[in-house]
Amino acid sequence: MKKIFVFCVLLFLFGSSVWASSNVPLTAQDHPDDDGSAIDLSWKYEGELPFSIWIERSKDGKDFELISKIAPAKTYITDGKNIKPGNQYYYRLKFVDAQSNIMASTDIVKAKSEAQWFNSRRTPLLVMVIILSAAILYFILSARKGKHLFIRKIAGLDTIEEAVGRATELGKPLLFVPGIMDLDNIQTLAGLNILSHLAKKVAKYDSTLYVPVSKSMVLSTAKEIVKEAYLKVGRPDAFDSDSVFYLTDDQFGYVAGVDGIIVREKPAATFYLGAFYAESLILAETGFESGAIQIAGTAMPSQIPFFVAACDYTLIGEELFAASAYLSDQPNQLGCLKGQDVGKALILITIFVGIILDIFGVNIITNFLQMK
Amino acid sequence: MKRQFPLVITFVVGMLVIVSQFIPHQPFGHLSDTLESWFLIISGFAILLGQLNLLKVNIIKIHRKVRNWQYYIVCVVSFVVMITIGILWGTQDQPGLLGQGSALVSFFGRKPFDYIFKHFFENLSATMFSLLAFFMASASYRAFRARNLESSLLLISAVLVMLGRTTIGTWLTGWIPEDLTYLHIPQIANFIMKYLQKTGQRAIMICAGLGIVGSSLRIILGIERSYLGGK
Repeated sequence: MKKIFVFCVLLFLFGSSVWASSNVPLTAQDHPDDDGSAIDLSWKYEGELPFSIWIERSKDGKDFELISKIAPAKTYITDGKNIKPGNQYYYRLKFVDAQSNIMASTDIVKAKSEAQWFNSRRTPLLVMVIILSAAILYFILSARKGKHLFIRKIAGLDTIEEAVGRATELGKPLLFVPGIMDLDNIQTLAGLNILSHLAKKVAKYDSTLYVPVSKSMVLSTAKEIVKEAYLKVGRPDAFDSDSVFYLTDDQFGYVAGVDGIIVREKPAATFYLGAFYAESLILAETGFESGAIQIAGTAMPSQIPFFVAACDYTLIGEELFAASAYLSDQPNQLGCLKGQDVGKALILITIFVGIILDIFGVNIITNFLQMK
Repeated sequence: MKRQFPLVITFVVGMLVIVSQFIPHQPFGHLSDTLESWFLIISGFAILLGQLNLLKVNIIKIHRKVRNWQYYIVCVVSFVVMITIGILWGTQDQPGLLGQGSALVSFFGRKPFDYIFKHFFENLSATMFSLLAFFMASASYRAFRARNLESSLLLISAVLVMLGRTTIGTWLTGWIPEDLTYLHIPQIANFIMKYLQKTGQRAIMICAGLGIVGSSLRIILGIERSYLGGK
């Protein structure tokens, strides 16, 4: 009787494991739009919720290794662990309980990882880049042909000349802060482009300019820019290489250094142009209390209100990037600005049309932009 | 040639980075990451340049005894002390030239470099950061003065958001019936932050994004050369 019972239990366990091995459908396919380093797995499990799901992988379909244990509620996963493009991989899943007993499993499925030559998810971005680039190039060519382009006044930039003049009259220096990010940040580059124009004016008026920086690479670039500006104006002898100097990489150490300069030197004008974080208001308020004309510009949305509150003029977002072109007054650069404006108009129209269509249940534009 | 060469490098690298955004296949797929790694390596070496400049500028000021020259002594001494103790006893798990400095660790409770970093530098940093609270109050006071319609709207919005973020907001409008919850100050504050504020921020971000595209294009095509010191 006991033997029959054991036999029945074993039969039941064997039968259930056979049943469990193929009751969950699993699909494996190459992850789209990647460099062939991932495979997507998805399954549909309808039984009692397991404790965990074990994902096993094999290169030959025989020797499987456990590559991941995931949460039971998941129905898909992207395997990106040591996947080589062009290789075939075999997968199987095991649904286990708290004691690691197998409740169910899947058949073995295979998939080949492949690298794609085009990331289709970025099609909207490509379209927008092409449209924007075409608009910019068109207006650059138009400007070169002599077409007059209207560019609205940016008060903050028109004040630069006045600020330098005031500093010269008062015999006080000017302070330029290019933000706390490195040269790989486009805002820092935009700030340095403005520094070039400012340094020329400073050299012309024989005023003093301090440029404290927080990154070594910005130091060498800013130094070259200021030196070149003095050279362009024909006063290379007036360039003081120590006027551009490094303080520290540390955010608040840098703030302490710049604040110290503002309090001690009392600059006639301060320029904060670049990428700023929490230090923006500390710098701008110290400058405000020193009585300096303050011109700031950043594309960090969270810092703009601080600059608006504490500075006389603030270049908001795109104005920072437009500043150099605006100051140069060259047709090429002005054409570029005009092209940007056209791009902005197109995006506004797209958003507006998208909203209207969405209201009426037509999601073409929304889906295209989200690549659904 | 001196000017053309950087422009050619900028153009080639810029175009490669743009292309790599749309082509995941190797060798383009990880080009941006590779270039970022290169940048980190270069900036690592460049740190030395900054340190030397810091020392040079400060020593010259001390030597010339410019106004407030005593402050520069503090900077140079701090710089030399931190570097020296870092080299001699290392930092955290890293040993220095004199090993781990067990005797000093038992005296200070940690390595001398870490001790100074923790008890001096971090406190000084926190002090600078805490100034923000006072500056925020003074800047808000100026920004929220009701001079015209726009600044009055700003003032009203700011007051509603500030009240809505505190328990006073809930207390003030808690008596309003359930079917009029949209009149609760916390709800109004959430509405302002979720829709009005976010809309404005997104508008700035979209325009800044366009500005970045335009600015990058100018630099890649060599139209913008100010960063090279030229036209």
